[in-house]
Amino acid sequence: MARIVTKRRLNPTVTLLEIESPMIAHKAKPGQFVILRVDELGERIPLTIADFDSIRGTVTIMYQSVGLTTKKLDLLESGDTILDLVGPLGNPTEVDHVKRAVVIGGGVGCAIAFPQAKFLYRAGVHVDVIIGFRNKDLVFLEGSFRKNCTNLYITTDDGSYGEKGFVTTKLKELLDAGEQYDLAIAIGPVPMMRFVAETTKPYGLHTLVSLNPVMVDGTGMCGGCRVKVDGTVKFACVDGPDFDGHLVDYDELMTRNAVYRDQETAAAEVHRCRLQALSDAAMMGGARNG
Amino acid sequence: MADMTSPRTSMPERDPRLRRRTFEEVSLGYTEEMAVAEANRCLQCKHAPCTAGCPVNVRIPEFIAKIAARDFEGAYQAITQTHGAPAITGRVCPQETQCEAKCVRGIKSEPVAIGRLERFAADWHMAQKPAFALPKLPANYTHVAVVGSGPAGLTCAHDLAQLGYAVTLFESFHTVGGVLVYGIPEFRLPKTIIRRAEADLRSLGVQIKTNTVVGRVVTLDELMEEGYRAIFLSTGAGLPKFMNISGEGLAGVYSANEYLTRVNLMHAWNPDYETPLIKSRSVAVVGGGNVAMDAARCAMRMGADEVHLIYRRSEAEMPARAEEVHHAKEEGIQFHFLSNPVAVTNNGSGHASGLTCVKMELGEADSSGRRTARTLEDSEFTLKVDTVIMALGTSPNPLIRMADPNLNVDRKGCIIVDEQTLHTSREGVYAGGDAVTGAATVILAMGAGKLAAQSIARALETQSD
Repeated sequence: MARIVTKRRLNPTVTLLEIESPMIAHKAKPGQFVILRVDELGERIPLTIADFDSIRGTVTIMYQSVGLTTKKLDLLESGDTILDLVGPLGNPTEVDHVKRAVVIGGGVGCAIAFPQAKFLYRAGVHVDVIIGFRNKDLVFLEGSFRKNCTNLYITTDDGSYGEKGFVTTKLKELLDAGEQYDLAIAIGPVPMMRFVAETTKPYGLHTLVSLNPVMVDGTGMCGGCRVKVDGTVKFACVDGPDFDGHLVDYDELMTRNAVYRDQETAAAEVHRCRLQALSDAAMMGGARNG
Repeated sequence: MADMTSPRTSMPERDPRLRRRTFEEVSLGYTEEMAVAEANRCLQCKHAPCTAGCPVNVRIPEFIAKIAARDFEGAYQAITQTHGAPAITGRVCPQETQCEAKCVRGIKSEPVAIGRLERFAADWHMAQKPAFALPKLPANYTHVAVVGSGPAGLTCAHDLAQLGYAVTLFESFHTVGGVLVYGIPEFRLPKTIIRRAEADLRSLGVQIKTNTVVGRVVTLDELMEEGYRAIFLSTGAGLPKFMNISGEGLAGVYSANEYLTRVNLMHAWNPDYETPLIKSRSVAVVGGGNVAMDAARCAMRMGADEVHLIYRRSEAEMPARAEEVHHAKEEGIQFHFLSNPVAVTNNGSGHASGLTCVKMELGEADSSGRRTARTLEDSEFTLKVDTVIMALGTSPNPLIRMADPNLNVDRKGCIIVDEQTLHTSREGVYAGGDAVTGAATVILAMGAGKLAAQSIARALETQSD
């Protein structure tokens, strides 16, 4: 059981949870993830560690409420507990010898881009950050990023905040202006990571993407998280989750990630009553975590 | 003198037409009368070839004699002299290639149903209330860590705890049992048996830490620093093998590990649980072992209209337990022997739509005695399926060796141990089960757990002298 210490809405769809887990907080490094199961009936879902504090003994996750599990998470408040939390899983991001980095976050992916930027910046690396959102209302973590990078660029699809355009527009502009980097880290929706990789490729800029495929155990057993990288099968939980963005088979990744989408919609419908009941119980101040 | 031609007492089973859609246990177990009748078929051979055929040398004639004398608890105690989980092995051991293969009764008719009798004794014992107290030596306050709670880890933890050691059992999943829980389905091994084994461990004082991935959240060095005097690594099988054929990355292609974990550990069969699983209409399972049988039978129970099993050699070469093959056939699984997949076809939107195979023929036996399989020309055929499950075996779990470079492993990633002691290349660290042997049987893993417990106890006693 892991207790939620803080819950904060970052934008209308993204929520931050700070969870007590001294063991994981002590060991976590940027790029790693946890797997959680909200309650006995729940799925195990992987979520990248967005921040960690070994003194407070907490790890922070940020999630977008899309599937049943994240909707259930949304019903929990500080003081409530999550049944199972396991981690840190996956390999830390390899950032040795990096002098100048550009970190690119898209939407909820900014949550995961943040610890990367922070870790690099505090290690004395020049870090440019580009974060992109659909519109002004969805912008989050702006202040946190500002404190943890050299330059921050914000783009919105509709131009309602920052610069109008996609993260790749800004990235290309920087690269064309002669900015030199030895590493790009892209985290966000799969199409966005693919476009970032396509953008950096002509410049020969080493680009890491952080993948979040379907996963069950996260320890090298189930094989669900396999992705094709440079024509060979890799497993995100033990070989990743970071891979060379220029070598990932994105088409395969997208179809495999979408495999349960119809079911999730159907399941959300089936379980709507249960969610409603949980929600009612939450309103009444009753037990939420049965 | 017993009638040497009398057949073995048949096992009551659920009707295949009813059971193929449920996860209730298929074999119902002997009644007391059936068990006594079957026990009376045993010739009580003095040289006990059956015991020699058992990987852990259970005293088979002795326990069977006690069943014949209706001393059922005595029978259970006789088995547990050599191994602690007869309710499990009675159900999942490949008896036909072990103890029963050596049974003298098998020469003229059928061998004594040793596995069924073993299960009977265990089930009889479990049904007694109150439970018999577990014998245990006084605590010696020496800490031992057991990593992984599958058959090897459960056995090692149990035996060390009985010897008085302070055992901590680490498990990366949220539930104890390893492959017994995520791999072997409920209809073959009811999970109440594993819960009982877990309760026994707790009553012996074993500390159980679930959700704890040794190698990630804590290293072997850190465990040693914390004061563990010995570590047993029973981390089990790891990454599933694939065929490297085209279309294997399509949606709808599962490894058996993932499919079985979703169905068993994550209860996809129970609609109350939120675990997603593709609603398959037609399924192809590739492989010929017990895992392939389990996957095929689970797919049938999950509601598939047809389930095909594809195996590249003939039925005689199938490594699965005979009983599982028999049950799978009864339940309507369609077997395609001497067939080998060459591609998974795409429905045009990234989802599997079929499995293209070629026909094989068997040639001469190679140096290992195994007949080589050759492809027949122009023999391609395609099964129309929406789900493909690859059950081709696994390689040992990679996490521990990644986290500890001082641990010597072989080319395949199996941990290298001294066969007599199961000691690894690291001082105080032992290993056993699939992590050492590659995918093998439950009973071999249990045997390794037992051996490790003995050699750990011996080493620690010597140290404290």
